[in-house]
Order: sequence, then structure tokens, then C-alpha cells
Amino acid sequence: MTRVAVLAGGQSLERQVSLRSGARVREALERLDHDVIAIDVGPDLVQRLHETRPDVAFVALHGRDGEDGTVQEILELVGVPYTASGPSACMRCMDKVLAKHALRDAGLPTPDFYAFSQTAFESLGAAQALPAIEERLDFPVVVKPAAQGSALGIRFAPTAAEVPAAIVAAFSYDTKVLLERHVTGRELAVSVLDGPDGPAALPIVEAIPRGGDHYDFEARYEIGSTDFVCPADLDAGTTTRAQALALDAYRVLGCYGFARVDLMLDEQTGEPTVLEANAIPGLTETSLLPQAAEAAGISFAAFVERVLDLALARTAAETNAG
Amino acid sequence: MTIDETPRGPGRSGETPGMGRSRTTASDLERYAGLFARRTQGMKSSAMRDMMAITARPEVISLAGGLPDTTTFPAEDVAALMARVAADASARALQYGPTEGLDELKACIVRVMAEEGMDVDAEDLLITTGGQQVIDLVCKTLVDPGDVILAEGPTYPGAVPTFSAYEADVVQIEMDDDGMRIDALEETLDRLDREGRTPKFIYTVPTFHNPAGVTMSLERRHRLVQIAAERELLVLEDNPYGLLRYEGEPLPPLYALDRGEYVIYLGTFSKILSPGLRLGWTAAPRPVLDKLNLGKQGSDLCSSTFAQYFVIEYFAQRDWRDLLVRLRELYLRRRDTMFDALAEHLPDESRWTRPGGGLFVWATLPEYIDTSDLLARALRDHVAFVPGRAAFLDGRGGSSMRLNFAGVGEDDLREGIRRIGKVVREQVRLYSTLTGTAPATKRAADTERTGSQPRERADAPDPTESGARVLPLRRRAAGER
Repeated sequence: MTRVAVLAGGQSLERQVSLRSGARVREALERLDHDVIAIDVGPDLVQRLHETRPDVAFVALHGRDGEDGTVQEILELVGVPYTASGPSACMRCMDKVLAKHALRDAGLPTPDFYAFSQTAFESLGAAQALPAIEERLDFPVVVKPAAQGSALGIRFAPTAAEVPAAIVAAFSYDTKVLLERHVTGRELAVSVLDGPDGPAALPIVEAIPRGGDHYDFEARYEIGSTDFVCPADLDAGTTTRAQALALDAYRVLGCYGFARVDLMLDEQTGEPTVLEANAIPGLTETSLLPQAAEAAGISFAAFVERVLDLALARTAAETNAG
Repeated sequence: MTIDETPRGPGRSGETPGMGRSRTTASDLERYAGLFARRTQGMKSSAMRDMMAITARPEVISLAGGLPDTTTFPAEDVAALMARVAADASARALQYGPTEGLDELKACIVRVMAEEGMDVDAEDLLITTGGQQVIDLVCKTLVDPGDVILAEGPTYPGAVPTFSAYEADVVQIEMDDDGMRIDALEETLDRLDREGRTPKFIYTVPTFHNPAGVTMSLERRHRLVQIAAERELLVLEDNPYGLLRYEGEPLPPLYALDRGEYVIYLGTFSKILSPGLRLGWTAAPRPVLDKLNLGKQGSDLCSSTFAQYFVIEYFAQRDWRDLLVRLRELYLRRRDTMFDALAEHLPDESRWTRPGGGLFVWATLPEYIDTSDLLARALRDHVAFVPGRAAFLDGRGGSSMRLNFAGVGEDDLREGIRRIGKVVREQVRLYSTLTGTAPATKRAADTERTGSQPRERADAPDPTESGARVLPLRRRAAGER
């Protein structure tokens, strides 16, 4: 029996989703007869970790603090092994701009983009560059906050007139935004799970929005507004290429344990391209990674167990190496 | 490499030994989802609601709630009344009661309604579990899936999930500072008539509207009950705030004008006593009332007997209007504090309603600001409000917000509005930078208005609006839902 602290909640906008992920993880751990400590992450996090002395922490946090490396740094400091990616991979995944630069530098496909800080607009006259950007990216332009999960703050600007309001909206979530070329096509989520033989891509989930609406926050967590097909109805070659790309992205970003890579299958080229990677994807009943794991014959409990083993193995390896 | 591309049955094969109890898998969820009624598809736990959950953090100044101030009611009074109920009526208070409610409580309600000029027969009353249950029961009684409900735009956000649960087709009628626009209502009724559709009822909060903060004029009240009678339509008059008037002369409720022919009245103790009691009531035409009663039997048999005895005791031992006097004084000061803070901190292109009562101000920002996104930014500065979209079923309201001035103290009100002003100004400035336009300059002198008139502060006339005093609510385009 292992003493596991499940870290969930926190202060991010995805608090509720995180609580649902955390509750599910806790339930699975209890069924596996582990000693489970639930920690709603707040100002007393370090104190709670000192008091409860868990053998390992399962990080079920999404968004700011939890998914951006902050909590991982604290866990390293306190010396508690933890699940999933380390601080640097978390930082890269959480910041879409960093992630896209890393992918592009590694030669992996990701839609063209330009990123700006609020300062660039306010002090450096970046607004003057907007027409040139819009010309290069074509419309609709996708406007995103650099660091926000769950599709909050993502806007499609169909014309130049709508770009400024979309940028203002995106800056509600972060001090950095990106303008990205819109790729039409099929939306694919490829979850990656580590194992004894290294990371492997799980069956692909395709998100098919009902009623033609794009894949938004509402749809992502609710039954009924988006249909999820797993495994996605793709030819073998496309499946292999999409899975290989997700694995490459996982490695380039330095992920560990598990992650989910969101792709677009470009309608024009037929090739997948990386939109973003989630270092701690949702683990709720409707989340995509658990669905993909199940399609691979891995139950949620088995997934949780494997992820815990990986966390302990990483620490053991580091200890031996040191 | 890939683990497996073949989906297997509801994932038992990969389970660790001893894992037989593992249940909550995605396929299980699909199995439950297959059992859900169609109407649950309209029930959503939205991103906005998830965001609102964060507003409950102690460091957040929340102007988002619909809460009255419950500290005004002295705790020793509550204790004394509760003790009396326990001592005098223990066995009865712990027992079920009649579905329609206790006669003694109905007598209290007759007094409350008389205070607003309504003459109601106790026989026409049904006591409910909060006013919210009236909305639910009326929908349950009248609405088949696809039926039309007419409501104001914006409408009470708490009614939205109820309307959705009954799969109603809600058509929202625009408002101005005199409440629901009756000309727009008639146009809509004519259009629906041509389409062969009869709305089941018109839902309205005529006095100190939640969230719009406006009050329906007397002329429109007369016209509305006339239309209801002519077209034989029911009106659900939701009146939680009528007695919370801080200035101006009271207007007769629709129920008083129509004498209960076509108006179903919704009253509540939530805002004049306590929302924690969960006691409201309806007065309705007898055939409707009978159905509402049957509906209530199915819902909860009866409302809390203990709470009913508490209110009866309260009316017997105290002058119930004393608390109202205190609440009015308190809320008036808070309202004026909010008005001052709004004038000081919101940028010039903003406008807001100036309610003469109730709990809410409806503020509208420049159209390029999305208040749902703005809430995310505002939460970083620890302040919260209700984004305007919550009051619409069709995606409108994006640049508006509801602000509650009654639930927090004056210092917090000032600080909360200051913080909101700060983030709004930040976005206005950013937008100006992005579009290369200068933000509008402050107008020299704002004319003070009283009562329920919205205050116009825009420098340039908005071409989408028909008049300077019209609330900035976009018109519904043809075919838009």
C-alpha cells in the first residue's frame, strides 16, 4: 500500500474540472487499496505535504500553478515523487508559444503563428504589424491566450475588424497571446502513455462537434455537445502518422508519464499538425485520455497504477543516478 | 509505437487483479448517458458556472451573488423565535403539512400582498419552496417541449436552467428603461401567431428587474395585462423586490391590475425576511392553481413546516415591516455607493441602469469587451460579477454584467468597482491601441437622473440603438434563436 496525495482543485479557472479529475483519481486509488490523502491545493500546500508525508503525489491539477510547473517545482523541493511531467515540460506545454517554438525548432508541423505580449502592443507598437500578420495567416485567424487550458479565451476572427476584440479577450487570460493560422480539418486528440518500453501513443480520439460549432470549453466537458469517436475512423497510414507525430511532440517537449497532444488533420494536405500539448490532460469521466486508454484495454485504475509506478520509478532512477 | 488500435469491450481486460469493483469508466458513462432524458441535454455545467465557483473564495469581492444581507436580522431574534416554535408547535412543526401550505402563513402572505396594494383571497395561494419553485411548477404545468415562453431580454439568470429543463423555446423581448418593450412584445406575438404558435406564458420581473435593474412603467403594465386578456395569455409576474423600493412612488403589481385573471403572481420571503427559509408563494387563477398544487405534490409534498411556523411566529411577535425599513436604509446607502463608484471608475463608453430599488445594477461596457472573458481577468484582481450572457439563452448580453449592490458592505463595494474599473480601462486602452483610435474623452457633466432610468454616458451615439435611453440590447435578427 502506498500513501498517495492527490493534488486537485487549486485556484485556476479550471478548478472545477480539476476537482472532478481528482475525485476520479482518488476513487480509483481507494479501490486499489492505497492510502489516499486529498489535497485541495492552496497556500497550505507545503505544510500539508510536510504533515502528511506522502510516498507519492498524483497531480490532478489543470491550468495555472498545477500544469505550468509551479507545483512540480514545489514537489521537487519538498522531495515528494509526483506523477507526469517535470517542471520544464509543464512550462513548455502550458505556454503554447514556447511549445510551438520548440516544435518548430525540432521540425515538427504546427500552424504558423505570431505571438505578442501585452507590452509589445502597449509600448512597442505591435498593433502596426497586425495587417502584415493577417495577410500572412489568412482569415479566419485564431487568437489564443498563450497559457490557458480548456479552450477558454480562444476566438476565431473571421475578418480584420474582429481581430482587436479577440486579442483583448485573449489578454483576459494571459499577458501573452498568439495569432495562429486557422487549419480546417478533423480534430484529433492523441494521448501518450509511458510504459516499460517507453512512451506509446494510445488510440486516437476524434472530437466531432454537434451542430457545427467549433470545439469549445463547454463541449469539451459535457456529454451530448460533442461526439467523441475512439478509435477515430482514419486509414492506417494517417493513424500511424498522427500517432508518430504525437509521440515526437511528447518527446520534444520533454513530457513524462502521460500527456495528450491535440492535432488537426489538415483537410487540404491530409497531414496532421500539432495545435498544443497538455501536460496534465483532464481525467474526468468525459475526458479524452481515459477514453483512449480504455480503447487500448487499459482501465482507469490500471492507468492510475501505471502512472504511480512511473512516478516512483523516476525518483528511484534519479536517486541511483545521483 | 502504439499500444493498441483495437477497441475492446468495456475495458476489463487491462485491469489489475482485484480490480473487479472499478466501475467509472468512459463506457459506463456512455451507458448512463444513454439513459438520460432528452431534456438533460439542455442542462449544462458551463464554463461560466465553473468560473463562478472560484468567486466563492474569501479573497474575492463578489458582486456576483443574488444575495440579500442576512446580518440585519438579529441572531437573538432568530433564536427566540425558533425556541418558541420548538416549544409551542414542536409536534406540528416536525410533521408534514398540507401541500398548499399552512393557513396561518397564508394569512401573513395576504398582509404582505396588501402592502403592495393586492387584494388576494387566501384560497388562491399556494406556498412553495422558494419563489424558484413557482417558476418550476408553472413550467411543469404549462410547457411541453418546444413550447414558447416569452421573457425579457435579459431575463433572471436563475430561470434559464428551468426553462431549459422543460425544453422551452424562450423568445426574449428587448427592454428599455421602462421595462419590457410592449411594442416589441406585440410584434413577437403577431409573428408567432402567423407561425401558428401560441406562447404558454410571458415571464416578467416588472419591478426592479433582475438583472436589468429597470421597472416597467404604469402605462406598460396596463397594456401588458390588457394584451394578456385580449389574447388569453398567462403572465408570470415574478416580484421578489417590489417592497425593496428606495425612492419614488410604488407602482401597482400586474396582479393588482388584472385581479388574478391572467396573471400568476410569484412572491417570496427571501428578500424581505430570509432566503434560507426557502419559502415563497404563488397566487394563480384557480384552475391553474389546482394543477400547480398537483405538480407540487409530485415535487416535494409540502414546503418545510418548520420554516412556515417560524414565519408565522415572526409575524405574530414582530412587525415584519421593521426589518424592511432597515433593509431599505442599508441597501439605499449601498446602491448610492455603487453609483458613485461606477461614475468614478468605469470608462466613458460604459452605461448602467439606475434602479430605484431591488438589488441589481446592469452595466454595459463597450461592445468589443466580452464580460465572460473579462471575468477571468477580474478574478485575477479578486473581484467578480455575473457576465451578461447568463441572462440570455441566445448568446446576447456579451458586453453587459450584473452587479449586486446589496450583499457586501460599502468599503467592499467601492473597492470591488474600483477593481472592475481598472480591468475594464485596461481593456479599453488595449483596444484603442490595437485599432489606432483614441479612447473617448470624459463628458464634462453627466446629468443626474433618478428612479429607474439608465444613465447614458456614451459620447458618440451608438448606431445600433434607436434612442439614447434604450438599453443596449441587440435586436433579435430574423430566424435567430
